[in-house]
Amino acid sequence: MRGLDFEVQPSEFVALLGPNGAGKTTFLRILASLSRPSLGEVSVAGYRLPDQAAAVRARLGVVSHLPLLYGDLTAEENLRFFGRMYGVSNIEARITEVLEMVGLASRRRDLVRTFSRGMQQRLAIGRAVFHDPDVMLFDEPYTGLDQDASVMLDDVLRSVAAKGRTVVMTSHDLIHSGDLATRFDVLSRGVITASATRKQLGKTNLLSFYKKALAD
Amino acid sequence: MQSKPLTLKILDIACVLILAIATYLALIYAPEEAVMGQVQRVFYFHIGTAWTGLLGFLFAAGLGITYLVKQDLKWDIAEVAAVEISAVFFFITIVLGSIWARPIWNTWWTWDPRLTTAAITELIYVAYFMLREGIEDPDRRARFGAVYTLIGGLSAPITFLSIRLFRTIHPVVIGSGDPNAQGTFAMTPHMEVAFFFGLFAFTVIFIDLFWNRIRMGQLAAKVEQMKLNLMH
Amino acid sequence: MAADQQTSRASFLKAMFAITWKDLTAEFRSRELFSAMLVFSLLVILIFNFALELDITTRQTVTAGVLWVTFAFAGTLGLNRSMAVEKDRGCLDGLLLAPVDRSAIYFGKVVSNLVFMLIVEAIVLPVYSFLYDVNLFNLGLFLVILLGSIGYIAVGTLLASMAIQARTRDVLLPILLFPVAVPVLIAAVKASEGFLAGNDFGTIYAPLSLLIGYDVIFIAVAYMVFDYVVEE
Repeated sequence: MRGLDFEVQPSEFVALLGPNGAGKTTFLRILASLSRPSLGEVSVAGYRLPDQAAAVRARLGVVSHLPLLYGDLTAEENLRFFGRMYGVSNIEARITEVLEMVGLASRRRDLVRTFSRGMQQRLAIGRAVFHDPDVMLFDEPYTGLDQDASVMLDDVLRSVAAKGRTVVMTSHDLIHSGDLATRFDVLSRGVITASATRKQLGKTNLLSFYKKALAD
Repeated sequence: MQSKPLTLKILDIACVLILAIATYLALIYAPEEAVMGQVQRVFYFHIGTAWTGLLGFLFAAGLGITYLVKQDLKWDIAEVAAVEISAVFFFITIVLGSIWARPIWNTWWTWDPRLTTAAITELIYVAYFMLREGIEDPDRRARFGAVYTLIGGLSAPITFLSIRLFRTIHPVVIGSGDPNAQGTFAMTPHMEVAFFFGLFAFTVIFIDLFWNRIRMGQLAAKVEQMKLNLMH
Repeated sequence: MAADQQTSRASFLKAMFAITWKDLTAEFRSRELFSAMLVFSLLVILIFNFALELDITTRQTVTAGVLWVTFAFAGTLGLNRSMAVEKDRGCLDGLLLAPVDRSAIYFGKVVSNLVFMLIVEAIVLPVYSFLYDVNLFNLGLFLVILLGSIGYIAVGTLLASMAIQARTRDVLLPILLFPVAVPVLIAAVKASEGFLAGNDFGTIYAPLSLLIGYDVIFIAVAYMVFDYVVEE
């Protein structure tokens, strides 16, 4: 990845589109402080990486295509564990609140192992918003979900995760991204080839915008 | 494509000459040892390879630490070079030692502290290469390699200490467990010349191989980079 | 500043125990790891019975060795599994995303792995006593087992976090771990033998201090390098 210039305004929802191997996941891992860029500057919520990584991590929520949950723990135990890791105060009240937001309150004492893929992904969102982060990163959140689960996930992403937060999402799923995002950036071979806000896009079809950006 | 530096070419030729001289000194110049006979002559090379192999391993651990601090892959290339050559030298040491031990100690192998530590150190080298083999990402491979040489470099001397402990508590079962007990000899001046020249020869050969191996590593990295550029 | 340090220490301990709590809760529920380690240990002891013909006289001398070989094998099994759980569902990323010091993750995993190993050892000891009619209730032996397990797990947890990220992860851990854990095993076997034979403390002092030294050195090194093992 070379010469990538990327900026997000507070409470903007940016969808990062691009084909496989464009560097979307690498880029997101750098933002999440999981990878170090070999060159260049990164800052999230006003904190520089990697020097202030702990401050960045405390303000960051990540939903990836892997649930990042423990199968042998119940839903509430998973949340309790991550709550402790993030030093959240008043954990028990927050667990109830979050489980209700993602619609899993009735399954709180069930093992995550027994959850369907869609339910695991909803709990993963609950995990990501548990410490009330300012910035959310979604890495291909729809991978492995069927149509119904994807629609349900749309709702949760919109109402819970994205509400009032800055969001960067990578996806190759144009339909869902089109509904959620306020800005679309196309990433190809490690550089952003095109960028347009929903307003600029107007009536133009997202698919044709994407195809045109890749063709250039 | 850069060609081989002239100094390195000269060093290559010098190494061949030095090795020839060392061989002459060890096989012909040095007098035959009275008790052990001709087989004692492997010692001139045995010590040379052992000394460079061991130092090379410590050197590699140092290069590993440097890599972790600097995060520059050139230190990783040097570290691999050092471990690789040391592993070969160490293997030669063990084989030469065995050849010597067969007539002198009456066995190819005994579980003496030095031999056992040598065998375990050689296994650490092997594990190092297996670890590197299993990792695709060059940065991660370098980091894991550096961490492992560090751990190995620390544990090898402790292993030696612990086996010594083992031996002082247990009586030596095979009568010839300790090289100081059987197989020691006083060196004549001629033997000393052969001995010290052997040390010198293998140190120079180590440096020459090390330089060549680093060059090879750099070229391999360049090829890798060119392939990547071609794909884009 | 002092208050700042205090809160960071508090969050370090909190994160560390959160990880241990999470591992123990999951394990007491599924018992996958325990049952695998335990059944495996018992099988190893049974196999030793046939391989060594453990009659009354040999039992006296080999008990310590058999026990430590069993613990080492079972320990590898547990370490591999405990780290693989983190890797498989991307949980390691989840841990790394938390705003805590990476070494808190390392120490959390060390404590839970140590607890697993000690529980298995606590079950194996009476079973061995019962099967071979050897009295193993010996406070000195318990101390050695604790110190030996700490060193083994400290290095093992670090190496397992590397092994699970390699392609050959299922076979890699014992190959990486055994050659560098040799000092722990030797010293632990020596010290255990000494305590079981009722030797006076003077002879046990040396292996015991070696164990303590190994524990301190490798915990310190692992603490310093763990960041390099999990970061990209």
